[in-house]
Amino acid sequence: MEHFPILSIITFLPLLGVVFVLLTKGENADRNARNAALWVTVFTFFASLILWFSFDKTTADFQFVEKTSWLGDNINYHMGIDGISILFVMLTTFIMPIVILTGWDVIKDRVKEYLIAFLILETLMIGVFCSLDIVLFYLFFEGGLIPMFLIIGVWGGARRVYASYKLFLYTLLGSVLMLLAMLYMYFQAGTTDIPTLMQYGFDTNAQVWLFLAFFASFAVKMPMWPVHTWLPDAHVQAPTAGSVILAGILLKMGGYGFLRFSLPMFPVASVELAWLIYTLSVIAIIYTSLVALMQQDMKKLIAYSSVAHMGFVTLGIFTFNSQGIEGAIMVMLAHGLVASALFLCVGVIYDRLHTRDIERYGGLVNIMPKYALTFMFFVMASVGLPGTGNFVGEILVLIGLFKVSIWATFFAATGLILGAAYMLWLYRKVVFGELVKQDLKNMLDMSKREILIFAPLVFFTIWMGIYPSTFMDFMHVSVENLITNHQAALIAAAETAVH
Amino acid sequence: MTETMLPNLAPAYGEILMAIGAMALLMLGVFRGNKSTGFVSLMAAALMIVTLFITVTWGETAVYTFGDMFVVDRFTSFMKILVLIASAFAVLMSVQYFRDEQEERFEYPILILLATLGMMVMVSANDLMSLYMGLELQSLSLYVLASIRRDSELATEAGLKYFVLGALSSGMLLFGSSLIYGFVGSTNFTVIGANLAHASAHGPDIGVIVGMVLVLAGLAFKISAVPFHMWTPDVYQGAPTPVTAFFAVAPKVAALALLVRVLYVPFGELSESWSQVIVFMSLASMVLGSVAAVVQTNIKRLMAYSSIGHIGFALVGLAAGSQEGIRGLVIYMTIYLVMNVGAFACILSMRRKNGMVEDISDLSGLAQTRPGMAAALAIFMLSLAGIPPLAGFWGKWYVFKAVIATAVADPMATNYGLIALAVIGVIASVVGAYYYLNVVKVMYFNEPEGEFVPQKSFNMTAIMGVGAALLILFLLPQINAPVLEYARMAAAALIS
Repeated sequence: MEHFPILSIITFLPLLGVVFVLLTKGENADRNARNAALWVTVFTFFASLILWFSFDKTTADFQFVEKTSWLGDNINYHMGIDGISILFVMLTTFIMPIVILTGWDVIKDRVKEYLIAFLILETLMIGVFCSLDIVLFYLFFEGGLIPMFLIIGVWGGARRVYASYKLFLYTLLGSVLMLLAMLYMYFQAGTTDIPTLMQYGFDTNAQVWLFLAFFASFAVKMPMWPVHTWLPDAHVQAPTAGSVILAGILLKMGGYGFLRFSLPMFPVASVELAWLIYTLSVIAIIYTSLVALMQQDMKKLIAYSSVAHMGFVTLGIFTFNSQGIEGAIMVMLAHGLVASALFLCVGVIYDRLHTRDIERYGGLVNIMPKYALTFMFFVMASVGLPGTGNFVGEILVLIGLFKVSIWATFFAATGLILGAAYMLWLYRKVVFGELVKQDLKNMLDMSKREILIFAPLVFFTIWMGIYPSTFMDFMHVSVENLITNHQAALIAAAETAVH
Repeated sequence: MTETMLPNLAPAYGEILMAIGAMALLMLGVFRGNKSTGFVSLMAAALMIVTLFITVTWGETAVYTFGDMFVVDRFTSFMKILVLIASAFAVLMSVQYFRDEQEERFEYPILILLATLGMMVMVSANDLMSLYMGLELQSLSLYVLASIRRDSELATEAGLKYFVLGALSSGMLLFGSSLIYGFVGSTNFTVIGANLAHASAHGPDIGVIVGMVLVLAGLAFKISAVPFHMWTPDVYQGAPTPVTAFFAVAPKVAALALLVRVLYVPFGELSESWSQVIVFMSLASMVLGSVAAVVQTNIKRLMAYSSIGHIGFALVGLAAGSQEGIRGLVIYMTIYLVMNVGAFACILSMRRKNGMVEDISDLSGLAQTRPGMAAALAIFMLSLAGIPPLAGFWGKWYVFKAVIATAVADPMATNYGLIALAVIGVIASVVGAYYYLNVVKVMYFNEPEGEFVPQKSFNMTAIMGVGAALLILFLLPQINAPVLEYARMAAAALIS
């Protein structure tokens, strides 16, 4: 127990960056602030590599655990990671330097506030994945709304106010119901400790209500159809860096929440209500793919594709078998990289022409070959081309799903085809064809900074596709443990029902 | 013989000091005129701080004096500390304001002192008579304070409105008290409680219930709980801003403390009857406070509706009907104090070259012109909205925790009502978040339109900074542990 508090350090390191940013003064203040933020996020990433290399992959126990008394009444400051959460922590620390670089030249006013918002957000996001106490989790989970509200509202597009309100109020409404469920669980179990609650075994009737309350929060965050409508608005209005954070990390909190809370704590309700998840996910995949086909705005198209991809995640999680769940985690990781990259691709041309209207582009391949190549790579990855991380994740989800429901598999696979259709359509419209539009002719190809941003994303997307074991080795034991406990809980509940 | 003639004055030393101090300062003011206002204000604040230290030393065990009309225990000490802090800040924050407005009046700090004295008596009241004495001393001072700017039409209207409605509520309270006295035969809280416990075999008389509800209505007026809230927005808007800042916290804390004592000590036996009333008032206040505030453009009116909503949340703790609930209420009011004092420090800094402004739109682009103040006000607003990790969230956490605990512990009877209360409460808080966010939006998203005059007073800047820091740092055990612990002891003093 008395070891080096590495998780707390990684979590709160970005706050140190806030101090640095606040200290910058004078005419170079903005540049120095950017540098400070970049170095702090890079340093956080390196610090998180310590976790990566010293993680014990053979146990499903929580590691690097820290536990100190916090609010009394059995509510503790309890941090720790297992094979599932470490991947999300790494994803967060990896994406953050990219996010800071994204706004490097683009954000010119109120740079300091901009950086502070992102640094605080990083702390809160890492905290979500590390916390092992529901109160602590809720704090990080909800706290992230404030910086995100400001990021969209201050540096966003024309309808930013509407979008930021929608994001905030939607998410808050989902979360307050979860809060009540948490209070109820606290009084049933007498603790807010996540590992203890996982073993508790709530009353079957109560489980349904608790599950629905948590579902309200995670479904909004995920987002699942029909509560996904905040996402396209938020994505379209957010600055590029904000979209990257949203697609890359914030959406993963919903999936993570299902894995961390819904499955282990409410096993009976999860099985009973799996039909609901299947229905909503299948509708999400088909419906949002069709909607994506009709979009004029590039960011909106990618936002809808995110909803469809998240449909795969929920389907995978609620198969309750190892292929499905591991596939869902892989989809989340790969989508974290690929969707981020796609928003960055949109950002590259948006910064030059200041429009996201697909009609305004065409024939970019003639003047921006590097860009065309990068964009193509990520379009292919998003479609699920073998050799990229998405393929690994999606195929695993489909295999897992096939064992459970052939019909759901059929619809999900159809969604894949639709996904290919809208992504390729987007790519053809923007990149291929003759370069006829006058204002496009002066567009510059990607700068060194932009190449630097994309290089690691390309690298890891391929790595995930070719040698996924690097990542999957981390989760195997934890996922197996999750499934074993889940089945044991189901059997126990069935026995109680008989008696 | 003489020892038995004279009551034990020691528990009331704080009140006695306040009374003597107020008289002395009044003399000073009369002789030195309005130019002594600054000095009198500082002395008044100092007097409250000294009283606070006297108060702190009392309460380890409950002490009754003045023929059991006056009680001192952990609960009264804690509530008095809150009242004194709130009043002291109200005085300190007023100095610069009245100087800038060139409306300095030495009566202002003295009236606050007298009102505070009334509140302390209210908090310590253990008899319907001391209750009424304290309440009237407080109310009469507040009526005058509301209209202290004699030349302002709005302020006069506010004062008059407050007086007329306040008199009505006092009337109800008196009528209720006389009914209770008539049916129970005593005005002492402890005796009433014992008599009702005795009589509970065949149920309480209807007269007692009517009397209790009337007393409840009179007190609900003072805490501006729906449906007795009508006066609040007008008075908040019409009164000079430092007076509004004062109205927002201290009288609410005192009246709520009194309400809690009245419900638990004399009428603890009738909890079945009053809990429905409290649940209704709580629900209605939360919903109305959230919904009606959405359309407000004046920030003082906004704060008025906000305070109505917050009283609703605090009453959730009372509705829980447990020690845990009272603890939640006490914690809630502590945090409420910090949030409101801070927010009003910001509102008092909204001064342009040609005077005070109080529209929300006047805050446009504040993040660019005054980043520090904007950040502080944003923290106060988000905390009022109850967004974690800010302290406002913890206030809500503890009251809802209590109400859920009661609902879980009692799976049969009132279970569903309390769960409905919790669900509607959190949904109301989401609606409420909308208008708090609106203030943040105006400050951060809009472009600046004109600047505020820089705040001259160091006090105000310090209040904003310290307040915002406290709200953020409340999650540290070093900050929250003493509050949680004292709140627990305060609640334990009232119900075991």
